[in-house]
Amino acid sequence: MAQVLPAGRDVRRVIGDGESVSDGEVEGLDESDFLELYRSLVLLRTYDERSVVYHRQGRIGTYAIFWNHEAMQAGSVYALEDEDWIFPSYRESAIGLLRGMPASTVLSWWRGHPAGWWNPADYNVASICVPIATHVPHAAGLAWGKRLKGEPGIAIVYFGDGATSEGAFHEGANFAAVMRAPVILFCSNNQWAISTPLEAQTAAETLADKAAGYGVPGERVDGTDVLAVYEATRVAAERARAGEGPTFIEAVSYRTAPHATADDQSAYIDLERVEEEKRRECVGRYEAYLRRAGLLSDGLAEEIRREAAETMRAAIAHAEAEAPADPSLLFEHAYADPPASFGDDLAELRRILG
Amino acid sequence: LAELLLVEAVNDCLHVELDRDASVMVMGEDVGRAGGVFRATAGLRDRFGPDRCVDTPLSEAGILGTAVGLCMAGWRPVCEMQYDAFSYPCLDQLITHVGRYRWRTRGGMSFPLVIRMPYGGGVRAPELHDDSPETYYVHTPGVKVAIPSTPADAKGLLAAAIRDPDPVVVLEPKLHYRTLRGDVPEGDHVVPLGKARLAREGDDLTLVAYGSMVPLCEQAAERIDASVEILDVRTLKPLDEEALLASAAKTGRVVIVQEAPRTCGYAAELAAILAEKAILDLRGPVLRVTGYDVPYPYWQIEDAYMPSVERVVDAATRLLGF
Repeated sequence: MAQVLPAGRDVRRVIGDGESVSDGEVEGLDESDFLELYRSLVLLRTYDERSVVYHRQGRIGTYAIFWNHEAMQAGSVYALEDEDWIFPSYRESAIGLLRGMPASTVLSWWRGHPAGWWNPADYNVASICVPIATHVPHAAGLAWGKRLKGEPGIAIVYFGDGATSEGAFHEGANFAAVMRAPVILFCSNNQWAISTPLEAQTAAETLADKAAGYGVPGERVDGTDVLAVYEATRVAAERARAGEGPTFIEAVSYRTAPHATADDQSAYIDLERVEEEKRRECVGRYEAYLRRAGLLSDGLAEEIRREAAETMRAAIAHAEAEAPADPSLLFEHAYADPPASFGDDLAELRRILG
Repeated sequence: LAELLLVEAVNDCLHVELDRDASVMVMGEDVGRAGGVFRATAGLRDRFGPDRCVDTPLSEAGILGTAVGLCMAGWRPVCEMQYDAFSYPCLDQLITHVGRYRWRTRGGMSFPLVIRMPYGGGVRAPELHDDSPETYYVHTPGVKVAIPSTPADAKGLLAAAIRDPDPVVVLEPKLHYRTLRGDVPEGDHVVPLGKARLAREGDDLTLVAYGSMVPLCEQAAERIDASVEILDVRTLKPLDEEALLASAAKTGRVVIVQEAPRTCGYAAELAAILAEKAILDLRGPVLRVTGYDVPYPYWQIEDAYMPSVERVVDAATRLLGF
């Protein structure tokens, strides 16, 4: 096993600023990969922006916004194989879109309709984890279980900066390390847990420093640089596949949108800083990179945006056309073999509902 | 048939089930090298290897949380919680995921895991080695709960739990691990979940109990001046309601005995079912003999906390004279 050292202070970057900082190199990606990554970013961005509108229109419920998190999601997933498992938190609710999950499925989840509850085995995407960090042990267990069976496939689990304060993060990370589970612990550090800033969350200088305590490598990467995220994840995935166990990736970003549609961040956040961060947001940064590299024209960018917008129009229409859920669903799926009392309860409910 | 101690029956079951199904694995603190602090898992690591009898970090939420992921990878983990009260850190996983994940996948994925643990007092142990936490588990949707009172049922209920497609919690009466010996069928032995056992037949009064309270009720029955029936619930969820109502209809008098604290304990649920469905069969109030609503005490006075033969006889006598 490689020697584990405290994480570097610097964050890994590939994309420059087009002026004083030049663009770096990234291994293993050709022109079609670069454009595929762009499509993924635009799809996620469009999903997110349309969702905020749908919420305001009353067409979906409370929604956890992920604007400026797209590079962390698209860049990391692009470094994985389809056989690898994704364990999302609610901040990655639409990450299944990158695995072919219909956008209508995720919209249905936010609409509280059963059509939004997918079978994880269909996409190798676990259910959206709502409580903080409790899915970290799940990813560790799945990855460990695959290793024990001699099956290929690794796992990646997404969580935020606040999640690193939870016991479940600690127990999951420790288990993963001890069992040499092929899992990537991916921390989307947007520096805010609702209203709690990072410095009130931890006294550690960096979150990646925590990795040393588990005996696993910790990497810091610019979370708004999709290529740097891709590279860091690819390296972590290679380690996992080689039997070298987990890697902790701290992707450093900034939450430019409220925590969720129900949150008013003007009460606690520095709005000038937010505006500053918005100017270097991840989709625009990557688009500028592609244009500098001569890989993206106005026409192609427009076409990709139009495709994503059309996907969302069709998806919300599909989600809204779902038949209303029948109350009998209350009693389905809690058990493989439901108790007799469920039948009595349903009969009574039907009698009263008429 | 072999004559085994209750803890030996648990051990026998685990050997049979790991041998029968290569996807069954045991995991927990000290279950491998040490064979479990009560020796319930002795011999498994030698026979099945360290990957199927896994010494885990000291991490109850990690044990149950990784077990969820292991299920997703096709395993059937049997998780040992070392003691009743040490299981509380795993309640977060139990409530937020174990009981919900099958539902969350709309039946697409199964979570056939087992949580087994020694429970209960009377063993002169330090604090938090004596709890009866069954209600926390029973109250959680999506999980099943069984508590054996005999060596044969300790094997059979655990086997049923391991083979069940849903998560099952099995609490084992640690007081009787090495004080109860009985005939246990060799090899495959499954006692279906959801079926109560008539431990003693009688006509005048029913004592309803489970786990370590069943032998107590058997002693009490000898001292009650009436024909006493004893219903061993065995599976708390799903409950064999038919057996409960049949016995209540037969005797018309029910005393429920539970070691756990009284308020909102499992006895309260049984009493509520009797109130809803057996009111015209009853000749007197449903009485409870339970632990008190206090922290489980220092062991020098634990006998005063535990339901005793005297308290059961007292309740039965009051009910017979109602």
